[in-house]
Amino acid sequence: MSEPVTVKRQVTIAQPADKLYAFWRSFENLPRFMHYLEAVRTLDERRSHWMAKAPLGQSVEWDAEITADTPNELIAWRALPKAQVNNWGSVRFYAAPGDRGTVVQVELSYEPPAGKVGDLVAKLFGAAPDQQVREDLRRFKALMEAGEIPTIENQPHGERTLLDKVAGALKPSK
Amino acid sequence: MKAVCWHGKDDVRVEHVPDPQILNPRDIIIKVTSTAICGSDLHLYDGYIPTMEAGDILGHEFMGEVVELGKAVTNLSIGDRVVIPFPIACGNCFFCQSELWSLCDNSNPNAHIAEALYGYAPAGIFGYSHMLGGYAGGQAEYVRVPYADVGALKIPSDLRDEQVLFLTDIFPTGYMAAENGNIKPGDVVAVWGAGPVGQFALASARLLGAERVISIDRIPDRLELARRHSQAETINFDEQEVIETLKELTGGRGPDVCIDAVGLEAHGASVDALMDRVKAATFLETDRPHVLREAIQACRKGGTVSVPGVYGGMLDKVPFGAAFGKGLTMRMGQTHVHRYLQPLLERIQRGDIDPTFVISHHFPLAEAPRAYELFKHRVDCTKVVLKP
Ligand SMILES: NC(=O)c1ccc[n+]([C@@H]2O[C@H](COP(=O)([O-])OP(=O)(O)OC[C@H]3O[C@@H](n4cnc5c(N)ncnc54)[C@H](O)[C@@H]3O)[C@@H](O)[C@H]2O)c1
Ligand SMILES: [Zn+2]
Ligand SMILES: [Zn+2]
Repeated sequence: MSEPVTVKRQVTIAQPADKLYAFWRSFENLPRFMHYLEAVRTLDERRSHWMAKAPLGQSVEWDAEITADTPNELIAWRALPKAQVNNWGSVRFYAAPGDRGTVVQVELSYEPPAGKVGDLVAKLFGAAPDQQVREDLRRFKALMEAGEIPTIENQPHGERTLLDKVAGALKPSK
Repeated sequence: MKAVCWHGKDDVRVEHVPDPQILNPRDIIIKVTSTAICGSDLHLYDGYIPTMEAGDILGHEFMGEVVELGKAVTNLSIGDRVVIPFPIACGNCFFCQSELWSLCDNSNPNAHIAEALYGYAPAGIFGYSHMLGGYAGGQAEYVRVPYADVGALKIPSDLRDEQVLFLTDIFPTGYMAAENGNIKPGDVVAVWGAGPVGQFALASARLLGAERVISIDRIPDRLELARRHSQAETINFDEQEVIETLKELTGGRGPDVCIDAVGLEAHGASVDALMDRVKAATFLETDRPHVLREAIQACRKGGTVSVPGVYGGMLDKVPFGAAFGKGLTMRMGQTHVHRYLQPLLERIQRGDIDPTFVISHHFPLAEAPRAYELFKHRVDCTKVVLKP
């Protein structure tokens, strides 16, 4: 088994910690801003079932349990033994200085597995897992502050040339 | 619907595209009744702004009638006439709450591109490149407006489109440029560029109490408009040496406030301007900051240089030593339009100013390609209004 990959990112959100904590604590909400997740289902007080988005016909799923929970301050979780991908994470909420809301600090770790599952995980996180987490937090912030995530998907445009389509396909994905 | 689409340098086309739809709860759709071409659109037309894609719908100055409401928009009704600010802003983030609307944190779906270039991402803007959100613009029959609950300004029925259309951009932009100059009684304000933004900067400087205003350009009809509308003194930079003339016009002191209403495509015949053309053409520099250099050089000690003109990337040989040595204040940025909507609407209603003075042409939307050409070459053309 290889070294775990750990990503740590922060974002400042102009909302009180209790609101952010409550939204995050309902793990069902996470796929709304964490785009690699398909769904999260709560099993009981401490345990939940996580499903990642995977290409056609394949799936990466695991059960997780909460390992720390301090209201409005901290939530930590980890995958239960025998998970396809061993992973764990935490989110901390600090008061931002000058009444500017809350600093949200997320730390995510996973052990890249070998074989077919490993390839899937590599696809999910792409070459830049830290950028993925940054985008997740950007979406979380927009959702919490503005109530929605900005988008231009499905808006109209004129004819795209072949050259642009190629350029678009080569653009680094978010 | 019909829309004006970008297809590269000197190439805009009116195409049939699908109608826009509501994508988010705070969106509205408006049926555009009037839209304008901006000097900023010329930077796109001239190919200066990166991350455009062929087929992008242009236009960030538009107004119209509400035809569809997102489910979270409760302060507007179908049929309302509204003016839309060109920056897209949420109203909730630190920046919006601080009235720095064009720096909104939550309106740019492509923030990562701008972050890579600028460190942090400014707000999304309609029809102004993918780096600034990739939003479809309003030179079209219909347009989707995000965060319309805080963006759209309702317009009383007694005001015509032309009287309020420029609240979307150029009136607030000229006004903020003047306000950024921190004008005091007795001040002389020099404005480079007598395009629409320069005209509104001159007029606003007057409204804010400038004693004298000086307009610098080389287009005779634009200089004439500055003289007529804002009682400006004028300098034709093709005929006069700008910095020397400004010194002589200000008793040897230099203007108190210097406003660069030209931006990254400044023209000039001096050595620095020619070098800029070569470097920009060979990508050694992206912008041509001839006017910015001149404004810094001309400004009096302790004065203010205010920059509404757009810059996009790297500038070469900006006399920062002169700015430092003279203790200048420099202020700049995309306009925080939302901040000015209500106060400037009231100025229009009071009759302090009639923004229609800059309009030179009306065209049907279908003739947009011709209108772009005319505006680009400034053939007796200061501002074009398009009607879908
Ligand atoms: N900050 C903002 O939010 C904001 C908003 C709107 C427009 N803008 C920018 O403001 C600038 C002006 O816009 P506009 O609509 O008036 O454009 P415009 O292209 O109609 O006018 C520019 C004028 O500058 C003149 N000019 C060129 N070189 C000059 C020089 N060396 N000295 C003096 N004048 C010179 C041109 O002859 C022209 O009349 C553009 O850069 C535009 O992108 C900024
Ligand atoms: Zn504009
Ligand atoms: Zn905002």
